Amino acid sequence: MRAFWQGTLAMYGVPALVLYAGILGYGAFAREVGLTLGQALALPIFLQALPAQVVLADHAARGASLAAAALAVSLTAVRFLPMTVVIMPWLKGHSGPRWHELLVVHFVAVTVWIEGLRRLPTAPAEVRLVYYLGIGVGILTGTLASTALGYLAAGTVPQWMAAALLFTMPLTFLLAMIETARSRADHFAIVAGVVIAPFASMWLPGFDLLVTGLAGGTLAWVLGRWRRA
Amino acid sequence: MSNLPGVWGTWGGYLPFFVAGFLASEPWRWAGALIGRDLDPNSEVFIWVRAVSSAIVAGLVARLVVFPTGAMAAMSAPTRYGAAAVGIAAFFAFRKNLGAGVLAGTLALLAGHFIIG
Repeated sequence: MRAFWQGTLAMYGVPALVLYAGILGYGAFAREVGLTLGQALALPIFLQALPAQVVLADHAARGASLAAAALAVSLTAVRFLPMTVVIMPWLKGHSGPRWHELLVVHFVAVTVWIEGLRRLPTAPAEVRLVYYLGIGVGILTGTLASTALGYLAAGTVPQWMAAALLFTMPLTFLLAMIETARSRADHFAIVAGVVIAPFASMWLPGFDLLVTGLAGGTLAWVLGRWRRA
Repeated sequence: MSNLPGVWGTWGGYLPFFVAGFLASEPWRWAGALIGRDLDPNSEVFIWVRAVSSAIVAGLVARLVVFPTGAMAAMSAPTRYGAAAVGIAAFFAFRKNLGAGVLAGTLALLAGHFIIG
């Protein structure tokens, strides 16, 4: 239980605080497109991923079919597969039943994932699952509070302040990734991803992150192997 | 009750979001958990998967900075790229301090916006 509460402290860390700034924007957006406050709060609980929430709210607002919305959301969520694979070695040293793992991986999303990679290695193996659950629940709590705040305060913040709040998110993701990178392949992958994504975004919208990940990650892996050889 | 069009206002306004949200995204996480559980973290496959996920997140970052949406679109391209460079430089100058990098980058963005435009 102590590990759980230690994990929740992550909700006050830099990546999480920066995420909330972006979530304020999501809350305002959800109100603008016609979601109720209850629906605006339900989306982070169901999805636990900011880009997917915006995609889903946008589809609902435009009256898209359930199938079209589900496909768009599913495409943004493919990235959770490799991300979950990467975090799993830290989550399997516990003594509880295996389905506990399927529950806590719900919290795999960029911010919680980065916090997990930063903090899990320092925790004893048998409490890592509970610690990770704490990180996830803590950040979800902060997310719901920011969603409500953004929803209720929509339109009252000057634009330059909103822009500054939004800018902190990509910068934090990038710096936290450099911080947690361990191998040469990790470093190459960050550079490859940054370089490839803008082109993929222009040529293959919708599939851009998938293509960036497969092409950039494979290139980085090959370069990393070559440097080790 | 919500004012959303089509199917989105039905079933109490929550079930459509559960179906197109949770059910459309969660299986990817479950698949990752099942695959990742038995994979050796030192294996080549694991190193490759880690590189793929790093490239995806880095790509997400680049997309947000290069093609900004919402309020950030009001910031000019030189301001955005310059601020990112300042943030990265400060991060390394302060021995990989996340807070220092983010703070310096954000201040640089505001300085760029109000001085250069």
